[in-house]
Amino acid sequence: MLNLNADEIKISTRHLNFYYGKHQALFDNNLDILTNCVTAVIGPSGCGKSTYLRCLNRIFELYRDQRTEGEIIIDGRNILDKTVDVLELRRKIGMIFQKPTPFPMSVFDNVAYGLKLHFRLSRKEVGERVEKALIGASLWDEVKDKLKRNGMALSGGQQQRLCIARAIAAEPEILLMDEPTSAVDPVGTLKIEDLIEELKTRFTLVIVTHNMQQAARVSDYTAFFYQGQIVEYNRTQKIFTSPDRKQTEDYITGRFG
Amino acid sequence: MAILKKQFVNPELPDRLFRVLTAGAAWLAMLLLVGLVGQLFYCAMPAVRRFGFRFLVASEWDPVNNIYGALPAVTGTLVTTAIAIVIAVPISFIVAMYLVESAPHWLSVPISHTLDLLAAIPSIIYGMWGLFVFVPFMQTYIQPLLADRLGLKHLAFFGPEYNGFGFLTAGIILALMILPFICAVMRDVFRLVPNVLRESAFGAGATHWEVTYDIALKYGARGLLGAVFLGLGRAVGETMAILFVIGNVQNLPRSLFGSGTTIAATLANNFGEAEGILKSSLFELGLILLLTALGIQVLAQLWLNRIRKQMGEQ
Repeated sequence: MLNLNADEIKISTRHLNFYYGKHQALFDNNLDILTNCVTAVIGPSGCGKSTYLRCLNRIFELYRDQRTEGEIIIDGRNILDKTVDVLELRRKIGMIFQKPTPFPMSVFDNVAYGLKLHFRLSRKEVGERVEKALIGASLWDEVKDKLKRNGMALSGGQQQRLCIARAIAAEPEILLMDEPTSAVDPVGTLKIEDLIEELKTRFTLVIVTHNMQQAARVSDYTAFFYQGQIVEYNRTQKIFTSPDRKQTEDYITGRFG
Repeated sequence: MAILKKQFVNPELPDRLFRVLTAGAAWLAMLLLVGLVGQLFYCAMPAVRRFGFRFLVASEWDPVNNIYGALPAVTGTLVTTAIAIVIAVPISFIVAMYLVESAPHWLSVPISHTLDLLAAIPSIIYGMWGLFVFVPFMQTYIQPLLADRLGLKHLAFFGPEYNGFGFLTAGIILALMILPFICAVMRDVFRLVPNVLRESAFGAGATHWEVTYDIALKYGARGLLGAVFLGLGRAVGETMAILFVIGNVQNLPRSLFGSGTTIAATLANNFGEAEGILKSSLFELGLILLLTALGIQVLAQLWLNRIRKQMGEQ
């Protein structure tokens, strides 16, 4: 197993179970995710990898019949605890979805929206931070002349980077990405992967992906999920070259999944 | 058999027949509208010729001397409609928001069905209920409360008589009538907001209210506005629910408690024994009502197009 330095652990799930009504989707998950690393979560459809991500910012709570057991410790605190301010938690943890989700407003307002939810800023500061976030999401050069255009009018890849800009504008510490390039063309995918490489210097990233080459390209650590269980978790290089478990090897070599 | 058929019937005939029939039906709709407006205009001509533009700004309604003016009915329609919209739209919005965002399933389903059923209540029922139940209630409780307890009687548009009838009563009943319609449409609009968009807003740290107000509202702006105009259209033309509670006097609206009339109520009240210039004046009122309703539709379309443009869509 992997030996991690306790000081560098950002997110730690302990005996995490997850239920959709009566159906259990995660079984006793224990996973430590390191600060300022990219951790990829891979596995076949329905293995619980998206579910795992949706636990981390408690977005699952929007649905009445979904619930968790166990602990998710972020910065030493169990965030499943009811006393945790969920709005502040979600500021700290940005989330990017499979499909780009620009809000029905201008490019500028899209990025400013996350900011305004959490900070009281002057108009000038908002402008500066929006620019900074757009630069951070490598989108500034492409949209600086159309900040007033509707965010929904951008291309798919641009929309996804707009969502990343919106997420990083709120100055989070963690970014969760749920198959961020699955609805984006190859050129857009390349840009987003380059961006992920840059983002990891400032954020802790957890990326769910179907695309194993992508996991191999962008991540430092990889967790292989199968049927709600974590089969193997290790350095990406190790997972993709000499996995310990037969199941992992079968999956990454394309024998199933 | 197939060969026989081909010999007797031109193979193109069914297609041509289909085209003629469907085109005819479509043109019929156009013909109806044009015909209706034309007929109203024709019947209104004597009044138009007699009173001219003055008809629109005059407030006399004098059957003895045969002088008629549309102002009380027109303003009454505007006032009651405005009251109804001001009351119904925010309530509908909140109810729809609750049903979609936070009501538990066991509650939202029956409430949803109740709304749909409420929308099916014939307006005469509202009129009866209004006259026998709501008017006395207004007179005994609401009007004294507003005027005396809250001290609103010092303002110009409350009081002085509390007889239960009047613009406010009519407006409230209208609001009750159009509320289910507006609410049902708004509910559907909120339901159409993609889940992933909502999750994304929640994921950014927005509250339920912020998600609804900033995201769902903008995403569904067109639909929500459509809901408002649907209610507006109904309120403008509503007759039966208003007829019994508005007081039916040709007065300009000076006070919310005052009695007055609307275009539809004036028509319903006077058609029975209308002759000559009175009948023509009523037709002119009808024409005004029809054009108002059409105008609302046109305005709605223009407004929607503007929103579309603002949102940067092609």
